[in-house]
Amino acid sequence: MRIKQLLIGITASVIAISSYVEIAIADLKFPMLVYRTGAYAPNGIPNADGFVDYYKMINARDGGIGGEKIFHPECETGYKTQVGVECYEKNKKDAMVFQPMSTGITYQLIPKATADGVTVYSTGYGRTSAANGKVFKWIFNAPVTYWDGASIAVRHILKNNFGNIKGKKIALVYHNSAYGKEPIRTLQTLSKKHGFKLMLLPVDHPGQEQKATWLKIRKARPDNVLMWGWGVMNQVAVKSAASIKFPMDKFIGIWWSGSENDVLPAGQGAHGYKSLTFNAPGDSYQVHKDIKKYVHDKGEASGDGSHFGTVLYNRGLFQAMVQVEAAVVAQRIHGTSKITPAMYRDGMEAVNLSAKRMEELGFKDFAPPFKNTCENHGGSGLAAVQQWDAKAKKWNMITEYMYGDSDVVQKLIAEDSSKYAAEQKIAERCN
Amino acid sequence: MSVEFLNFIETVLNGLMSGVMYSLVALGFVLIFKASGVFNFAQGVFALFAALTLVGYQTGQVPFAHLINELFGTNYHNWYASMPNFLAIILTMITMIALAWIIERLVLKHLVNQDPIILFMATIGLAFALEGVGDLMWGSDVKVLDVGIPSGGSVWLEEATIGLAAEGSDYYGMYIDVLNVWATVIAVILVITLALFSQYTKTGRALRAVADDHQAALSVGISLRTIWILVWAISGFIAMVAGIMWGTESGVQFSLSLIALKALPVLILGGFTSIPGAIIGGLLIGVGEKLAEIYIGGYFETGALENWFAYVMALVFLLFRPQGLFGDKIIERV
Repeated sequence: MRIKQLLIGITASVIAISSYVEIAIADLKFPMLVYRTGAYAPNGIPNADGFVDYYKMINARDGGIGGEKIFHPECETGYKTQVGVECYEKNKKDAMVFQPMSTGITYQLIPKATADGVTVYSTGYGRTSAANGKVFKWIFNAPVTYWDGASIAVRHILKNNFGNIKGKKIALVYHNSAYGKEPIRTLQTLSKKHGFKLMLLPVDHPGQEQKATWLKIRKARPDNVLMWGWGVMNQVAVKSAASIKFPMDKFIGIWWSGSENDVLPAGQGAHGYKSLTFNAPGDSYQVHKDIKKYVHDKGEASGDGSHFGTVLYNRGLFQAMVQVEAAVVAQRIHGTSKITPAMYRDGMEAVNLSAKRMEELGFKDFAPPFKNTCENHGGSGLAAVQQWDAKAKKWNMITEYMYGDSDVVQKLIAEDSSKYAAEQKIAERCN
Repeated sequence: MSVEFLNFIETVLNGLMSGVMYSLVALGFVLIFKASGVFNFAQGVFALFAALTLVGYQTGQVPFAHLINELFGTNYHNWYASMPNFLAIILTMITMIALAWIIERLVLKHLVNQDPIILFMATIGLAFALEGVGDLMWGSDVKVLDVGIPSGGSVWLEEATIGLAAEGSDYYGMYIDVLNVWATVIAVILVITLALFSQYTKTGRALRAVADDHQAALSVGISLRTIWILVWAISGFIAMVAGIMWGTESGVQFSLSLIALKALPVLILGGFTSIPGAIIGGLLIGVGEKLAEIYIGGYFETGALENWFAYVMALVFLLFRPQGLFGDKIIERV
């Protein structure tokens, strides 16, 4: 009797699994590399929730993309580069796009994905010179790169100093990893151009202990501090800055150092801290209303739904929206809903998110418009500055979206991508 | 006094204060190692778990809410709005004692007389399991921990020292975080209490007897299992104190478990079996790494000496005194 029951059980399981696989193969596969556990989970969870809620909303509201449901298997990386590569290998078959959510993983995937013909989209992170589509056919990092970010931060400082920062001291506190080191080259070039002194202060993973770093800052008294941090490093840095009474309005983080998680532990001390951003905070956009209606109200929210409208959740929505839009464009270009990974890449390269299109998608005024081209995979290069109001516990946008120093950034991108092309023997395209 | 000299003193003082924070974690390791010969790899996770539990009680969070809601389609998140700090700390202590009892029943009891390496491996498993349970119970969000301990730079010290610099020099005064001063006071109270407990109470003497010789302690009727539960509970309490201090500084989040890595060089320096060793080791490591980062960090292109210099110190120390400053000398008869 027991053997019979066991056999029935096994047969039912096999049928269930095979039908699930069949559905999965028929759908558009958007694998997700996430970190819902480990030291960086507080950042990884809201971002992943944004992605999942958006995909669920598209499946529920529109019946998928052009009638094809989105299949979004998750693979936990723990923000570890090696695990991220394993996740890629496991999920790359039929995958439309990978969003590595780590600069370290992105660097590893660039040659692999190029060889495999899989699109990698590192939204505002990863290798900056991948913005050069002539060299990096399969890699996209729109809407803005780290080098744009560095020059936008300097531009903001310039504006607050009436255009003259000669002799000023700017410190960069950075995560001692591929991610944190990314802006150094641009800042060094900008320091020569504008005559400011650059102090480099690396912080090792995870960044729980930074006392010596902030004692150095207290001693050297830089005029401004920039931060390229992630995870606990951000919270400790904001709290340490408040503790040494560094003026918070002179402390600017990159867009990955500007979530609610980063400032709340410092309480009132974080008041006035600034960060760059390429998307708006808040939950009053049409896309939020749709997610609430089609996902949350049906009890389908990813996680407990508590991250709805936070900075990193909204960034996840934006990233997912661009990925879905690339599929829509690919379907239109190739005249089929059943697109292949190569067709998807064509779609990503032709994405044109104008203000009108953003409004149609429920993202009116959520982020600046941008479009990808064969030459430019880095988007508009626009970012704004937001500032933390500790009393109201909310971020406020305090500038318009602005460009960085494109003369410097474009030159550096051309240099770095040419070097990569020579190393990898890649012939430039788009001619 | 010259500004450079005052900055040097400031670095040393801050190093000492950081050292106390490391010692708080190292103390838990020493207690368990002394009483049971187990190197508890899970001590950092204990600190994390205690801090998570404390915030959970403070804010009235429903344990395993995510799991419950997923399984039963409910929407429970909070029992109540808030709980007084004192009550939340007491409840956390009770939870840590219960955890010690569970560990003894489920793990240690079954591993009596096993090699130390087996017990060590068991604590590695315990660390990962406990981290997972903590995640399921309380979630992975960054949590703000406030038990009323003040933090931020000491204004009093700044004002008191500003006049020490030579006239006309541009000196801000000395910086010390008040939270670290509190951590020092609490660590001193903790060590004195532990010393009095082990010296003057019956249970304390039994604890020392077990630490000295398991067999002899057993032969005079001391229950090894009771002592183990007790010592793991005390370690849990120390982990809670460490978790409060570190959690107040950075918010309670899963990277808190990595503070155990800060305790390892402290233990190598101070010895695995000495409470004063854990304190002195912590102070030496704290001062050493801060001086290294500030005075020689600039010569290294990659910088960030603060994290790994402690291990260099520990390795150098190992060459000359493998048992640590105050550890028992290892003598093996052949």
